[in-house]
Amino acid sequence: MKKRFALLLTLLLALGMVLSACGGGKNSAGDKGSGKEKPKQEFRVNIKTEPFSLHPGLANDTTSGTVLRNTFEGLTRIGMDGKPELAMAEDYEVSEDGTVYTFKLRDAKWSNGDPVTAHDFEYAWKWALDPKNESQYAYQLYYLKNGEAANTGKASLDSVGVKAQDDKTLVVTLEQPTPYFLELTAFYTYLPINSKIAQKNPDWYKNAGEDYVSNGPFKMVTWEHRNKIELVKNDQYWDKDNVKLEKITMHMIEDVNTELSMFKKGELDWAGAPFSALPTDSIEQLEKEGILNIKPIAGVYWYKFNTEVKPLNNVKIRKALAYAIDREAIVKNITKAGQIPAMAAVPPSMFPENEKGYFKDNDVETAKKLLEEGLKELGYKDVSELPVIKIAYNTDEAHQKIAQAIQDMWKKNLGIKTELENEEWAVYIEKLHRGDYMVGRMGWLGDFNDPINFLELFRDKNGGNNDTRWENPQFKQLLIQSQKERDPEKRLELLKQAEKIFMDEMPVAPIYFYTNAWVQKDNLKDVAISGLGDVQLKWAYFE
Amino acid sequence: MLKYILRRLASILLTLFVIVTITFFLMRIAPGNPFTSEKRLPPEIEANLNAHYGLDQPWYKQYAQYLVKVATWDFGPSFKYKGQTVNDLIADGFPVSLYLGLEALFIAVFFGILLGVFAAVRQNSWIDYSSMSLAVIGISVPSFIMAAVLQYIFAIKLQWFPIATWGSFKHTILPALALAMMPLAYIARLTRSTMLEVLNNDYIKTAKSKGFSERVIVYRHALRNSLSSGHLLFGPADRQHHYGKLCHRKNFRHPRSWRPLCAEHYQPGLYGHHGRDHFLQHHPLACRIVG
Repeated sequence: MKKRFALLLTLLLALGMVLSACGGGKNSAGDKGSGKEKPKQEFRVNIKTEPFSLHPGLANDTTSGTVLRNTFEGLTRIGMDGKPELAMAEDYEVSEDGTVYTFKLRDAKWSNGDPVTAHDFEYAWKWALDPKNESQYAYQLYYLKNGEAANTGKASLDSVGVKAQDDKTLVVTLEQPTPYFLELTAFYTYLPINSKIAQKNPDWYKNAGEDYVSNGPFKMVTWEHRNKIELVKNDQYWDKDNVKLEKITMHMIEDVNTELSMFKKGELDWAGAPFSALPTDSIEQLEKEGILNIKPIAGVYWYKFNTEVKPLNNVKIRKALAYAIDREAIVKNITKAGQIPAMAAVPPSMFPENEKGYFKDNDVETAKKLLEEGLKELGYKDVSELPVIKIAYNTDEAHQKIAQAIQDMWKKNLGIKTELENEEWAVYIEKLHRGDYMVGRMGWLGDFNDPINFLELFRDKNGGNNDTRWENPQFKQLLIQSQKERDPEKRLELLKQAEKIFMDEMPVAPIYFYTNAWVQKDNLKDVAISGLGDVQLKWAYFE
Repeated sequence: MLKYILRRLASILLTLFVIVTITFFLMRIAPGNPFTSEKRLPPEIEANLNAHYGLDQPWYKQYAQYLVKVATWDFGPSFKYKGQTVNDLIADGFPVSLYLGLEALFIAVFFGILLGVFAAVRQNSWIDYSSMSLAVIGISVPSFIMAAVLQYIFAIKLQWFPIATWGSFKHTILPALALAMMPLAYIARLTRSTMLEVLNNDYIKTAKSKGFSERVIVYRHALRNSLSSGHLLFGPADRQHHYGKLCHRKNFRHPRSWRPLCAEHYQPGLYGHHGRDHFLQHHPLACRIVG
């Protein structure tokens, strides 16, 4: 017996030694006592999951975006004020018709010292559009001339509208005038790739190492898959004087309660959005403690109506349903993270006046009137004849609570009978896309800070993400016009008009606008969070 | 003996085959595809992706290819993490799982027997009561709750250990402890009852009457005879660990342990711009099938 114990013990000790050797045994307790004058410029955060891919052309998720935005830099970068500013580009010119952009690049270097050239941009964009590379976000580049055609194999890559005239000049030709193109060039699918390295080593992006080079404020030195990522300041970065953080550690801890505990214990400098999330039930307490930060982001939670099934084919019924929802109550009692009741489609980060919206929240009286009229139009005598309305959502506690609340409101306020049905995500999304539902919840986030994000999906009845089967020629016309309008003010006006039509027809009932909620170290300053909820650490520092 | 071993090996292979087949077809029947998300992919790109992962082939071809691949220990590319293979994920995760499992097993066996012996020798004393109530707690509290409690006491309040992450030996103690609690409790209770049984045997009385010291009787005679049944527990205890580890990934975020195997393999990632959270809803089932 003793022998077996001894064997087990030895085995364990041996394993322990191997493992501690692997871990490097880093203890970052370090210089805590060195006084207030010089805080350590090291930022520790949790990003929750392993990023899908740290190749700019393959990334398609927020986690990858969070890393890439800090390690790479595009022609433009979203500045502290939320507006695009020149980054890799030093200067640019737009042709008279708004379809040709000529960018002059600044003298910048990759983290290995190679110069960043226009060829790196051309290579990267064409790489993402090349169908054999299977980029799921290639459609972000469909604004380029022949982008879509090349990606679907109908045109050659050579015909795509991006050309390096020389090392420092990039000429971009667009399919049509795109007023928000400088927003797009800050997006991660538009980031450059060091073409010299990528051509030599096609696997360059799979791990940190000599070949993983970037051109942004930070460079990645460690990538332990599903464990952590470490970034350090990139001393080759052209604007390195404005970068103050020396090191960023990104853990991947799935449990948000653990994350919050680590923050409270001082093992993390940040907990919550946009890197990860706060546990919903902790938010009230954190707010009471006065340490909660809340910022609205470009996202909306809405209920889609299938406008082809009775009685939802009737505008008045749809409106009645939308008006009879008490959003304030949902936000206060269910979601509880400072969400903003939504009575409009486009988030206030793009249309500030939409904090008020197009109608009154919880307007039961008007709802009743509309219901009455709607019933008449459809030939029903009273509410009891109305078919049961099915509310669909994907299985999730929060969605369920909201659905139950709305079910209750519709019953109490309008006397409408409803049924709840929930489904697993994959089943649910298929059903919605197929049009096999009556009312269904959905969330929508913008890819870039422009209202078009929230309107375009309803342009075509059978567009990939419309789901409501709603279409309106006037609405469509306004969107098409807005694409051609070069005066930004006038363009926003056109989009505003389109939104008005949309809200008048109510193919969706908006519920609330999303917010980011987080807690952070007091002395951490200048973490830039854009209207989209994207985060940049370029300017961040500890005071 | 050889025949027995061969028979067992054959039955393992058969079981694995059945499991692989069932999971394959379950996943085929499940609606949606790995690329489902709010933002629909352009059909051409989806077709490319399907071709890359072999999803455009008829099911029987996919099944045959899958069997061949599994047999040659090639689980294919990961849907969830571009550029990584499922083999990579297993290679990453398995050592951590093994290490944690062994550590937990060691804790469970060592302290389980210790508690059991003390309780039996001092039957109905405070030692007996307290170690047996400890055992009841261990059995009735699931390890993911135990993990949260341990985190709260030892990491947040006492600050002896890090709350989560992975790196040094210190990081392994809390999760191993949480994993060990349930088997520890079983072993303690079993050791106690068999010890009591053995202690009432005639030969113990004989030994006592011969004047052997208590220590000699307990260790030489009683314990040795009780342990033969304690061994039986290694099997179940070990299986416990695999369930336990699923929770552990959540609580302590041991970044690499079992889950990738289950998740990657049997539920192609429902990955998308917003679809990520929903992915998580899918794997517990798959994991249990494998576990």
